[in-house]
Amino acid sequence: MIRITRKVEFSASHFYHNPNFSAEENRRVFGKCNNPHGHGHNYTLEVTIAGEPDPATGMVLDLKELKDILQREVMDRMDHRHLNYEVPELAGKIPTCENIAAVIWQLLEPKITRGKLDRVRLYESPNLFADCTAGFASTNGAGKRA
Amino acid sequence: MKLSLTRRYDFAASHRLHAPNLSDAENQRIYGKCNNPYGHGHNYALEVTVTGPVDPATGMIANLGDLDPFVEREVLAAFDQKNLNEEVAEFRSTVPTTENVCREIFRRLQSFPAARLERVRIEETSKNSFEIGAEEYA
Repeated sequence: MIRITRKVEFSASHFYHNPNFSAEENRRVFGKCNNPHGHGHNYTLEVTIAGEPDPATGMVLDLKELKDILQREVMDRMDHRHLNYEVPELAGKIPTCENIAAVIWQLLEPKITRGKLDRVRLYESPNLFADCTAGFASTNGAGKRA
Repeated sequence: MKLSLTRRYDFAASHRLHAPNLSDAENQRIYGKCNNPYGHGHNYALEVTVTGPVDPATGMIANLGDLDPFVEREVLAAFDQKNLNEEVAEFRSTVPTTENVCREIFRRLQSFPAARLERVRIEETSKNSFEIGAEEYA
């Protein structure tokens, strides 16, 4: 089994706000991320595919094909967009690193035709990232904190 | 699908690798220049990974407003700008190799109440890194 990773970068704006919270609660929970005017990040996305190389090509998945999938599924949707308003898959969700990574996993998984999606790592900044890996059943970003 | 969140911190500290039950010659042979009696320092990068369900109300596995002060209190306040051998009790009896620093930091962080500690990874320099996962620590 070999793992291959492709990296892309996109820039987007967002803010954190839960309409069920009071204004004060939103500020307390989300801090400066609650600024209603939003703020932005340069996101770095690393996508890892695992599989056996095709003996005919020596490739797990042609990186050019992966690049096209990332362009279509992620870049065209999220690059230079406001994640709260312009990405339907994030509607009703707080656009945290965790939720964006989970949405990207769900967008990519059915599109990978050779090899298997192994990991989605999304950096919001060099000091913060979320990993989505093949694990137990999908939580779809839901579930209660223990 | 399994989700985790990783936060990266930095601390600068000095240490000396020296095992008191070994002779000076053996210490010198095993630890080389890391055995210099005056010690030396590193800019350590610390990655803390937590896992657990995403709270639908916040979209978060853990709020950085909780994680950052916890790591600051449990680790950074004790390790940053310190001499690990002299100022961290654990390393009076344990050699502060980065393997052991990983284990000690895992011990200090495992009681984080809001999510499960999954991994501690430390870059001692840009060329060396060490990590311990919850399964290995247990």
